[in-house]
Amino acid sequence: MLKIRNLYAYYGAVTALSGVTCHVNEGEIVTLIGANGAGKTTLLNAVCGLVRHEGEVTFGGRSLTGILPENLVGLGIAMVPEGRQLFTPMTVAENLELGAYRRYRRNAKAAIAEDLDLVYQLFPKLKERRQQIAGTLSGGEQQMLAIGRSLMASPRLLLLDEPSLGLAPIVVEDILATLTRLRREGVTILLVEQNAREALKVADRAYVMETGRIILSGPAQALLKDRQVTRAYLGRDYKEFTEGR
Amino acid sequence: MNVLADLLQYLFSGLTNGAIFALIALGFGIIYNATTIINFAQGEMVMLGALSAISFYHLKPSLPLAFVGGVATVIVVGLVFERLALRPVREPTPLTLIIITVGGAVLIKGLAMLYWGKEAYSLPSFSGEAPLYLGTATILPQNLWVLGLTALLVAVLEAFFRLTLVGKAMRACAYNARAARLVGIPPGRMVQLSFGLSAALGAAGGILIVPLTMGMYDMGTMLGLKGFSAAILGGLGSSLGGVLGGLLLGVAESLACGLISSGYRDAVAFFILLVVLFLRPQGLLGGRE
Repeated sequence: MLKIRNLYAYYGAVTALSGVTCHVNEGEIVTLIGANGAGKTTLLNAVCGLVRHEGEVTFGGRSLTGILPENLVGLGIAMVPEGRQLFTPMTVAENLELGAYRRYRRNAKAAIAEDLDLVYQLFPKLKERRQQIAGTLSGGEQQMLAIGRSLMASPRLLLLDEPSLGLAPIVVEDILATLTRLRREGVTILLVEQNAREALKVADRAYVMETGRIILSGPAQALLKDRQVTRAYLGRDYKEFTEGR
Repeated sequence: MNVLADLLQYLFSGLTNGAIFALIALGFGIIYNATTIINFAQGEMVMLGALSAISFYHLKPSLPLAFVGGVATVIVVGLVFERLALRPVREPTPLTLIIITVGGAVLIKGLAMLYWGKEAYSLPSFSGEAPLYLGTATILPQNLWVLGLTALLVAVLEAFFRLTLVGKAMRACAYNARAARLVGIPPGRMVQLSFGLSAALGAAGGILIVPLTMGMYDMGTMLGLKGFSAAILGGLGSSLGGVLGGLLLGVAESLACGLISSGYRDAVAFFILLVVLFLRPQGLLGGRE
């Protein structure tokens, strides 16, 4: 569904991505894990056209080169950006309404109402607080709203950037569990995460990134058990690791 | 007793001018919210509105038609200005764009001088000249038109931003431009819309005030600066702030003019502007950033 080939991106003289190749198949949950600064967010931003890049990005066989970020939702790609990026002075309902901005003109009111139902069903808290100002929600609720808003575009591919950031472990589990439900609704998911353990639990496949490159990939279950991954990203065997040096 | 009547008189004329400043201030705020730039050509839109309405009136003496024609003309000018002068800029930094708007203002003023010449024009009042008496103070029907139509315009504008999808999208763009793009709101379209809206507000202000003041090619500069001061006083980008700033500024000016000396009229606006910038740069109702 999403194919990325030989992607390069630069911030001035700094190379943020050096030749990344990866793909996401329809119906999969794929996670991209790695430390802070590994280039995960840059990769998502490059796919969205928010960062200048070289290389090939195709979605359903169609090249995304030169696509403006505001036209992505029309193709069926929605992004949940890092740090939620809500319209904080507006209400929950207004945030969700704007998530479907591009669909109103196509006279999709019935479909929009259906998607709103789905979002409220996934996140009942949002329904309770639909008249509340988004900025006054808790961190977890804000993340739910960010995901809900992107779902209002009725995407086929959902890109999530660090949805667990700054949330309590139990909330993280909650939010990541909804991704499995979304997949059942037919949404393909690319999840960028620093919280490798939780991400690997819900994903089918995973890529591990380090300094702008993909250094490891494979089924999520296998990576959960991989020694290299465990050491570097899951914090297990830390003692053994340091003492062994 | 006489002092009280005088004060009432100053208050009315102050509120009338203040309403016009408010309309101009709202225009500054709308463009600022969409682009983070100050459009210094805003005052010229006021002048263009007034003069083109007068020209329309000379073609066909109907005030409603002149009003609509003037506003429509200026909307077109505002859109064309954005399209030709601002959008093509290769590396748009706020400072470059602001300087372009200053240049645009000078250009528009120059062209207006070529077309309309240097004389002053007038437009008849919307409903006669017979003054109304309020106790010992007199008030012209046109003052009521200015206040009433301004209130109506502000209410319509507020409803647009609060209730319509496009209005909400414009606000979303101001709150978080990047997120707005990701949900599919095209920022270029919103900027265009903001220029059209501000031009319309400025033009309406010009047409409303011109029966009281006469219209001339250079009337926009001072009105633009007053509107800018009002926007800063109220808090740039806040619509309630723009209205409040405009009315306060108008009344302050009128009081200074009446109680001290008419020579201080313009000084008041800029004195207030400086005080606000020194003491509370975010304005009365502006958020802290």
